[in-house]
Amino acid sequence: MLTFTRRRLAAVALVAATALLGTTGCGGGDDEAAADGPVTLTVDVFGQFGYADLYQEYMASHPNVKIVERGTGSNLDEYSPKLTQWLAAGKGAGDVVAIEEGLLVEYKANPQNFVNLLDHGAADLKGNFLDWKWNQGLTADGKQLIGLGTDVGGMAMCYRKDLFAKAGLPTDREAVSKLWPTWTDYVKVGEQFTAKKTGASFLDAATNTFNTILLQTAGNTSGYSYYDTNNNLVVGSNPAVRQAYDTTMDIIDSGLSGKYGSWSEEWVSAFKQSKFATIACPAWMTGVIEGNAGPGAKGKWDIAQIPGNGGNWGGSFLAVPKQSKHQAEAIELAKFLTSAKGQIGAFKLKGPLPSSPQALADPAVVDSKNAYFSEAPVGKIFAEGAKNLKPVYMGPKNQAVRTEVENAVRTVELGKRSPQQGWTDAVSNAEKAAAK
Amino acid sequence: MAVQLDARPPVAPAPRHTRPTRGVRLSRFDTKYSPYLYIAPFFLLFGVFGAYPLAYTFWVSLHDWDLLGAEHPFIGLDNYSQLLADPDFWHSVVNTLGIFVISTVPQLLAALWLANLLNRQLRARTTWRMAVLVPNVTSTAAVAIVFAVLFGREFGMINWLLDHVGISAIDWKANRFAAWVAISTMVDWRWTGYNALIFLAAMQAIPRDLYESASIDGAGRARQFWSITVPLLKPTIVFAVIISTIGGLQLFTEPRMFNSGTNAIRGGPLRESQTVTMYMFENAFAPHYNFGYGSAIAWLLFALIAVVAAINVLLLRRLGGGARKEVSR
Repeated sequence: MLTFTRRRLAAVALVAATALLGTTGCGGGDDEAAADGPVTLTVDVFGQFGYADLYQEYMASHPNVKIVERGTGSNLDEYSPKLTQWLAAGKGAGDVVAIEEGLLVEYKANPQNFVNLLDHGAADLKGNFLDWKWNQGLTADGKQLIGLGTDVGGMAMCYRKDLFAKAGLPTDREAVSKLWPTWTDYVKVGEQFTAKKTGASFLDAATNTFNTILLQTAGNTSGYSYYDTNNNLVVGSNPAVRQAYDTTMDIIDSGLSGKYGSWSEEWVSAFKQSKFATIACPAWMTGVIEGNAGPGAKGKWDIAQIPGNGGNWGGSFLAVPKQSKHQAEAIELAKFLTSAKGQIGAFKLKGPLPSSPQALADPAVVDSKNAYFSEAPVGKIFAEGAKNLKPVYMGPKNQAVRTEVENAVRTVELGKRSPQQGWTDAVSNAEKAAAK
Repeated sequence: MAVQLDARPPVAPAPRHTRPTRGVRLSRFDTKYSPYLYIAPFFLLFGVFGAYPLAYTFWVSLHDWDLLGAEHPFIGLDNYSQLLADPDFWHSVVNTLGIFVISTVPQLLAALWLANLLNRQLRARTTWRMAVLVPNVTSTAAVAIVFAVLFGREFGMINWLLDHVGISAIDWKANRFAAWVAISTMVDWRWTGYNALIFLAAMQAIPRDLYESASIDGAGRARQFWSITVPLLKPTIVFAVIISTIGGLQLFTEPRMFNSGTNAIRGGPLRESQTVTMYMFENAFAPHYNFGYGSAIAWLLFALIAVVAAINVLLLRRLGGGARKEVSR
């Protein structure tokens, strides 16, 4: 009995050992054969990047590559901690990862996590990107390129035609744009709208509008918002921040906000139930609106000019983490997706505005219309201004600081703080967050 | 003569002094060491998944540990001293304790009452007993999402119902106490049945003759419950309280899902429903990525749970002290 068991044990051990050796052998072989064997590339994104068709095309011309996308539709708050954990753990991240501009600054501070795209011929691609977009992808010393730009966030104002009609306001997009050359005019229109008691608020949430005004004001004046270009925290002293805050307080004071916290369940419900009439919409927001409001609201939305002048909110980059097992293939894919052609493809599918001057000038973009938004000429509205966009510099703890200021705005919106208290909170909490 | 009796010829050496056969040796080895082998898997797993992370977390908490950074300088207890002076941390502790108290106390009382009902002669008894466990089987996230919608400010069913009885809408998420109540209902919904089954199992171990003699002595149902069931259940109640303390103070999914939208991890703009675990996440991960500080919070949470559990056990001991002596045999 005993010997039998022993022999069997030995046999099992032998089989196990061979299996183990086998797998490791296979693993080793896999890496070496990567150049011509089949390779699976994982692309990590959030929201809607509109790459589905591009993947098909790429896989058709690269039979050895299979592409898997993860994270579609998830919001940035879910995505960024995951990506950071993967980078910190040295394992788990996709071969190509999307990085939003506000977070890029933090990743740039630790460039060792990413492949330097300049070592892989990316320098030749400089002309494919708006200058400032290209520069944002570079580390402070300019020696490492972390990410290639995908899109920029040109601004407009999306509005509900049906609700405007109900309130006796013009519905034509040209006429609507003329209603609000400045934010003061916007507030006045809002007051007229509110007086008509349509059952809807004039805008979704004060925080959304605040971000828009801040990025616009900062872009048109100093070129920075919470941090100056020497990375000093200037929340309390930058006039752009104060001006955006005061304008937002006027909006809150006039009772225009529906107080639906951005990206919350209530916000999504409010879209579905037609509970507000306008929302500041960077180009990427059009896809979000369509997703939230659903097919039932098709043709009820339209797009007008943003009050004030221009502005940029958001926009992302594609990067290749050093931990990727297939760096060469991943770099090639990232280059393809961020090429002018790739950016046009994404724009057509989900609306993110290209960051490539060639793509921005392409008829496929310039002449495009969005059926969901009453055939609004989105190409004209967004692309025309995009080349003149003024970027806003973001400092190392931009995200944490922005969270504090947004929350302060929200407390005033909900009536829990006076505007003055809100401002004090914003500044002191931002200082605390920046120090963490 | 007796001396003679003792003078026996020397006996052959006891067999145990000879070299034992292999079988005997194996069996001795077996009885001596196998039990350790049998319990080893737990301790190995605990070592890998319990003790090691615990120690590592402590090690991390002594450093200035940027999650992405390449260097992690040693800073001793700085994180702890900073944390003890952090009003947001204490705010989250108060939230956690508040939610814990208003969820656990009614929950355990309801479970006790439910178990008592289930312990009676009911038709389709097993079905009822199984049914109380159903809420526990459903996914926490799903439950939290449904409750978050129910407790919506504008589109929620609870406010709609309140409106019908003339109570004006409550902003459940932006009012600190209301948020605690809403989150407590989620916790109660999920765990009451689970605790009821544990109590029920213990109740069934109580000898029937105690109740019979109590009936003969003229004790009613309520009297029997308080004088026999509850005191004999005390070890089980202590167990349930400790388990609830650990779970309650680690509350994360319910309050996290209750708050949606940007910065949900803060539990509202004024951190109305941010628990300690949420605060830990906010610091260790987005948006601060300060792993050292987050680890320090984890350790203080550990200490907090130990303290609260100890207080609970002491309170329970004292409360039922007299009753226990009465019935214990």
